[in-house]
Amino acid sequence: MSLLEIKNLHATVNSNEILKGVDLRVNPGEVHSIMGPNGSGKSTLAQVLARRESYEVTGSVQFNGKDLLAMKPEEVACDGLFLAFQYPVEIPGISNAYFLRAALNAIRKSRGEDELDAIDFLPLLKEKMRLLEMDEKFLNRPVNEGFSGGEKKRNEIVQMAVLEPKLAVLDETDSGLDIDALKVVAKGVNAMRSKDRAIVLVTHYQRLLDYIVPDFVHVLVNGRIVKSGGPELALELEAKGYKTEAEAVGARR
Amino acid sequence: MSTVDQIQDLTKQEYKWGFVTAVEEDRLPNGLSEEIIRAIAAKKGEPEFMLEWRLKSYRYWASQEQKQAEPKWANVKYPPIDYQALSYYSAPKKKTELNSLDEVDPEILSTYEKLGIPLHEQKLLAGVAVDAVFDSVSVATTFKEKLKEAGVIFCSFSDAVKEHPELVKKYLGSVVPYTDNFFAALNSAVFSDGSFVYVPKGVRCPMELSTYFRINAQNTGQFERTLIIADEGAYVSYLEGCTAPVRDENQLHAAVVELIAHDNATIKYSTVQNWYPGDKEGKGGIYNFVTKRGKCLGKNSKISWTQVETGSAITWKYPSCILQGDNSVGEFYSVALTNNYQQADTGTKMIHIGKNTKSTVVSKGISAGHGQNTYRGGVKILKGATGARNYTQCDSLLIGDQCGAHTFPYIEVKNASARMEHEASTSKIGEDQIFYLQQRGISKEEAVSMIINGFCKAVFKELPMEFAVEAQKLLSISLEGSVG
Repeated sequence: MSLLEIKNLHATVNSNEILKGVDLRVNPGEVHSIMGPNGSGKSTLAQVLARRESYEVTGSVQFNGKDLLAMKPEEVACDGLFLAFQYPVEIPGISNAYFLRAALNAIRKSRGEDELDAIDFLPLLKEKMRLLEMDEKFLNRPVNEGFSGGEKKRNEIVQMAVLEPKLAVLDETDSGLDIDALKVVAKGVNAMRSKDRAIVLVTHYQRLLDYIVPDFVHVLVNGRIVKSGGPELALELEAKGYKTEAEAVGARR
Repeated sequence: MSTVDQIQDLTKQEYKWGFVTAVEEDRLPNGLSEEIIRAIAAKKGEPEFMLEWRLKSYRYWASQEQKQAEPKWANVKYPPIDYQALSYYSAPKKKTELNSLDEVDPEILSTYEKLGIPLHEQKLLAGVAVDAVFDSVSVATTFKEKLKEAGVIFCSFSDAVKEHPELVKKYLGSVVPYTDNFFAALNSAVFSDGSFVYVPKGVRCPMELSTYFRINAQNTGQFERTLIIADEGAYVSYLEGCTAPVRDENQLHAAVVELIAHDNATIKYSTVQNWYPGDKEGKGGIYNFVTKRGKCLGKNSKISWTQVETGSAITWKYPSCILQGDNSVGEFYSVALTNNYQQADTGTKMIHIGKNTKSTVVSKGISAGHGQNTYRGGVKILKGATGARNYTQCDSLLIGDQCGAHTFPYIEVKNASARMEHEASTSKIGEDQIFYLQQRGISKEEAVSMIINGFCKAVFKELPMEFAVEAQKLLSISLEGSVG
C-alpha cells in the first residue's frame, strides 16, 4: 500500500482555484521531487497536505491508510507527516529545545509512548544539531528568532531529524541557502533517507537535486502534474525551462 | 475550526472561583458619612489618631465627590458609582477574639481550601506565610511565631494599629497621602483591614509572605490597606492573590498599598490578580481601582513590582516607585490580560529624585474578545536626578479582531544627564505561529498557550516559582475559548 495517495485533488483559496486535479502516489523509501514555476501550486500542495485551514479542498488523500483531509494539522503531524516550512515562523520567548521537546512528546503521547524528560531529550537534540552543524547556542535561543535565513532552514531539518517522520515534505528548503549551507542541509536530508521513510522535495531548481538525488521527478504547472519521470527530467527542465511544459499543457487543451 | 473560533472557545471558560460562602456577616448600613466612619473606627476599637486620620480623609474625599472629581482620565468606561448605595464594612461575624486558627469559622476555612490556600500551617507550602483577608477583615495569619523569632512583624492591619501604633503612625500615608487621589481618599476613610509587614534592620525575611484577598459579601466595597516597611538592609518578598464570587452587579475594590524601603533594603511585591471579571456579555465583575506605590527612601534601596492581572471588569492600577535615595532601583513587570468585555488601564510611574537612580518597566498587554487594554506609564526625571536611567519595554498582543490595545507613555526629563530607552511593539497572535506549532504535533490550545507564555516570559521569570506556574495556568484558563 502506498504511504501517500493523492487523487484528483483540488484546492481553492478566495475563490481562486490553485490545485486543479493533482494525482500522486508515494511509497515508503521513495524520494519524489515536485518542480514547477512560481505560482504553479507547489507550496499550496505542501500546505494542503499539512492541513492548513485556509484552503477549500476536494478530492481524496490517503495518508498511512487514513483519510488525511478529515484530520487536524496536529493529527497529521502525530501520524508522521512533517512539513519543512519555506518560511519558518518565529516564536518569541520559547526556546528551541523546549519547543522541540514539547513537539516530540506530543507525538510520542499520541502513539502511547512515554514522554521524554529534558535529560533524555537533550543528547538526542544535540546529536541532530551536530549533524546539521548548528551551534549549541541555538538550543536556548527562541524558536527561529533572530536566525538567519540559512539557520532557519537548517533548524527545520534538525526538527525533522528529531521527529523522524514517515513522510517529510520539504517546501523550498533550498531557497536562500548558499552552496555550503545547501550541502549541509542535503547531508542532513540524505542521512534521513531510509526504506521506511518517504521524502517529497518541493523546489524550483535542479541545484538541490544534485545533492539529494530523487527517484521520481514531477512537473507541476498551473495546478496539475503535467509530466513525471526519473532524475533526468530535472536536468531536462534545467536546460529548457518550464515554458515548454506549460505550452504543452496549453496545446493539449 | 478557524483560529477566531478557537479564540472564542478559549475565552468561554467559566470563572472557577465564583462560589459564595454562607457565613453570617456583621455589616454596617449602606452609605457613607462621618457617623459611618466613626462606627468603623469604633467597631475596630481604634486609637484616636486613626479616627482623626479617617475623618480628615473622609472630609477630603467628600469635598472631591462634591466637585465630581472622581478621576476621568483613564481609558475605561463605566456607569457612575453610587457611593451611598454601598456598605463600607462587612466582616464575618465572630463572637470573641480568635486565639488560634481552630476558632476561625469552618465555612471560611473551607473557602480558602477551595481556593487552594489551606490555612492550616502544616499543610502549607514550606516557606510561605499567609494572611487571609475575607471581605474586609483579616481572618488568619499563619507562621506568626516563626516570623517573630526573626523579628519580622507580619499581621493584620488592625493588629498593627493596636500593637505597633508608633510604626503605623509614622508610615501610614507617607507614600500615598489621603489627598493623593479620589479612591485613595476613600480608602483612607473607610479601610477596614489589610496586611502589615515590618522587617527590621539587617533581617532577610526567612519566608515568602503572602496575603490572599477574598470578597464574599454582596453590595460591599472592599477597601484594604497594605503597609510594608523594610528597614536598613532588610529583604522581603511579598505575594498577593485575589478572587471574588460571581455576582451580576459590579463590586468596588479600592485598595491602597504603601511600601517603604530604607537604605540598602529590598522589597519584592508580586500580585496575581484574579477578581471576578464579569460574564461573557460584560455583566458584573469587580471594579479594581487601586493605588500602589513604593518609596525607595534610602540609598541603594530597591522596590520591584510584578503583577499578573487577569481578573476584574475594570482595572485602574499603577504600581509606582518614588526613587528618592541615591542609587535606588525601581522595577515594574506586568502582564495584563483583558478578555470578553474587560477593560484595563494599567502601568506605572517611576519618579527619579535621587542620583544614579535606575528604573525598568516591562509591560505585556494581551487583549482578546472585546477586551480593551491600555498601558499608561509615566517616567519623571527630576532636576537633581543626575545619572538617572530608565528602560521601558511595552508590548501588546492582540487575539481576534474585536479587541484593542492602547499605549500612553509619558516621559518628563529635567536633568540632561538622564538616559532613557523606550521600546514598544504591537502584534497579532498569528495563524502562522499556531499552524507551525500544530504542524509539529502540538494542539491548537497548547500552541496558543505556548505563544502567550513566550510573550510573557520576561515577566513570569520575575515571579516566585509556584506563583509563576499558577500565573501560566491562570492565563491559559482566562483565555480558554478565546483562541480557536
